[in-house]
Amino acid sequence: MLAYIIRRLGLLILTLVFISIITFLVFQILPGDPVQTMLGPDADPIRIKTLRHQLGLDQPLYIQYGHLIEGFIRGDLGQSIRFSMPVRDLIFDRLPLTLSLAFMSLIIVIFVSIPLGVIAARRENSWGDLLLSIFTQFGMAIPSFFMGMILILLFGSVFSLFSPGSYVPWSEDFWGALGSLLLPALTIAIPQIAVSYRYVRNGVIEQGQMDYVRTARGKGASEWKTLSHHILRNSLIPVLTILGLILAEVVAGTIVVEQVFSLPGIGQLLITSVSYRDFPVVQGLVLYIAFVIVVINFLVDILYSVLDPRIRLK
Amino acid sequence: MRKVWVMSVTFAMLILLISGCSSNGQTKKQGEAKKEITVRMMADPDYLDPHKATASLTFQMLLNVYEGLMKPTPNGGVEPAVAESDKISKDGLTYTFKLRKGIKFHDGNPVTVDDVKYSFDRLTGQSGGAPLSDLSQIIKSVKTPDQETIVISLKKAYSPFLSQLTAMNAAILEKSNDSKQNTHPIGTGPFKFVEYKPQNKLVLEKFADYWDEDLPYLNKVTFSYQPDDDAASLSVKSGNLDLSGVTANKVDEVKTNNNIIEQNNNAVFLMGFNNDKKPFNDERVRQAISYVVNKDDVIDAAFSGHGSKLGSNMSPAMGKYFNKDLVDYYQPNIKKAKALLKEAGYGNGFSMTITVSSHNKVYSEAAQVIAEELKEVGIDAKINVIEWAKWLDDVYKKKNYEATIIDFTGTISPFEMLSRYQTNDPSNMMNFSDSQFDSLMKQAMKENDDDQRASLYKQAQKVLTEKAPAVFICDYQTEWALNKQFTGFKQYPIYYLDMAHIKPAN
Repeated sequence: MLAYIIRRLGLLILTLVFISIITFLVFQILPGDPVQTMLGPDADPIRIKTLRHQLGLDQPLYIQYGHLIEGFIRGDLGQSIRFSMPVRDLIFDRLPLTLSLAFMSLIIVIFVSIPLGVIAARRENSWGDLLLSIFTQFGMAIPSFFMGMILILLFGSVFSLFSPGSYVPWSEDFWGALGSLLLPALTIAIPQIAVSYRYVRNGVIEQGQMDYVRTARGKGASEWKTLSHHILRNSLIPVLTILGLILAEVVAGTIVVEQVFSLPGIGQLLITSVSYRDFPVVQGLVLYIAFVIVVINFLVDILYSVLDPRIRLK
Repeated sequence: MRKVWVMSVTFAMLILLISGCSSNGQTKKQGEAKKEITVRMMADPDYLDPHKATASLTFQMLLNVYEGLMKPTPNGGVEPAVAESDKISKDGLTYTFKLRKGIKFHDGNPVTVDDVKYSFDRLTGQSGGAPLSDLSQIIKSVKTPDQETIVISLKKAYSPFLSQLTAMNAAILEKSNDSKQNTHPIGTGPFKFVEYKPQNKLVLEKFADYWDEDLPYLNKVTFSYQPDDDAASLSVKSGNLDLSGVTANKVDEVKTNNNIIEQNNNAVFLMGFNNDKKPFNDERVRQAISYVVNKDDVIDAAFSGHGSKLGSNMSPAMGKYFNKDLVDYYQPNIKKAKALLKEAGYGNGFSMTITVSSHNKVYSEAAQVIAEELKEVGIDAKINVIEWAKWLDDVYKKKNYEATIIDFTGTISPFEMLSRYQTNDPSNMMNFSDSQFDSLMKQAMKENDDDQRASLYKQAQKVLTEKAPAVFICDYQTEWALNKQFTGFKQYPIYYLDMAHIKPAN
């Protein structure tokens, strides 16, 4: 187990270094100057020159990169060019929103897709099952930004139940925050529900035909107990792999959905920072996202062994 | 049958949950006494430090926090702010200001002549740092002979100087706050800064010790980040935003609870040519294109008809400096255009590229209309849409383009509005060069008489129209939706949302 964790940790560091270098290289190719982009065409050239110098932007990019990496090692993520504040503060300010959005999406996915999958599997090939398959097929096919716009139109314009961009933090108004995050979370969740639902359904059908299920029934176990103790547990292993992937998708989904719903989260920060050529912020965010994905994969691996003791971490 | 039932119940519960939560979040604002206002912030400020900031959207908010020796007036002039009075010497080289008595910074400290000197030194790089402003090329020295007098000497006579002394160009800052101007802004304006969260909000609060005791009326102003037009109009409709620009097609939706105010922006929306590049180095080609473009069509397509046609690089919002005779100088005339092109040797037309930025869709919408119209004279125009950062780099800085569509935001100084067409001006992105124009601008800079100056600016505008370095299209209008619970909206020829004069309607 320890060796496994150490190996994973090594892999994590290697991944982060690799990703950081790629980001750096991409920024070398991108045209555009952060200060000019921020101040626009009406800017006084004298001011641009002075600000570039103050920010150290007149140095070659590899030196700026060097400073940044040096800072990372000391645990300092550097200073945002666009917002003139520490990258750390910018990211931490936005984490609660993005994490709760991702978490809510995941909860919705789990609590909708697993019951739906089980129900569909128990009534295999009935017209309800068929209908669900068609719906989920649609759910997977519709891009999330489009889904988001439809939901805003429906709940914002037609029913007037929801006003996009009126996000309030959890600390200020719990129900307000929940209300402003529910639609975005649903937007992210719908395509993932479809994916997860199919795995649950197929898993339950497949496991239901196994010998051990017949044995369990033969022993006189109730239908509920057979389902919950035997079938579900075994059919959830492939689902868990998928949930790991889904969580990664959810993290990526927040980037798009935050744009559509004008939510001040990590995703919106990332898009803004790229368009303003705010290298320190982009570097910090890309590393954060990579870190989250690697950690999720790690957790999924550990969960495997919990669900199925036969799987050992080597 | 049961599963269908379960499904419908799940769905119904989901809907209930959504509606329950959302309405909960919305109703809480109603019923409060309206001494607080929420205003849309379209983009984050570039800097909170006014000596570093440039973006007009920044000053739209921060002119409520900062003041210069002067402050802008609705008719495009300036009036004393931190200064109480001003006196200009006959040769136009010495400006003497008296400090306003009893004026205080937001932290309660009195404003001193040292603070004024510090502010100018910081801008011009006299205090050790590099200069932050081109005022460094105009100002020779700032002296403070006594505790209430400031004397500014100029290197050469510069007639638009007073209009450069508002907070947009020369805000007065507190010396002791030097290192914190950007994080903890302190000014002398009617509102003081409370907090700023990027991509979220900027909050201002009434400054009780403001020198004009009648102002402001409101206790709190929240600028709420809302970059998306459609989402903004929904927020206006639901009452989450009290003041916001709305797109013309949404005006009817928000009219019931809001008063609509139409404002000229004093901007110049144009299609500029690279006057150095063939075939645009031939003025006949530029004139021909000016005869082809139907400005009304462009205004309809890009601004839903809400714009005033322009003939030169000046908007009617500039009042007496605006040359109104030029608006219809180029009436759409395909015959004339063809003749001019033939004369220039392009009788069969040519192909060109219009490079526009993607950050606002008005540029590509205008480009599409123009490209379609140019076909009539055999010009094949391709549209190249690029990112804003790339546009600034390729088009603006490296001038590597043929034609582009952009808008320049106005200032209260007519000189500033025209200066980018001078041959050696660093922001002359169109590579325009005309000796007559240059000499008119030089005369205007030295001229002390305002009426004489206005006449020179009008002549300069005429040169621009005739030489056509660009097709001057329009000044677009903003439709402001202001919640009917408020009144007192003041229009300025610059980006300035004057919150000090806004008050509850009753």
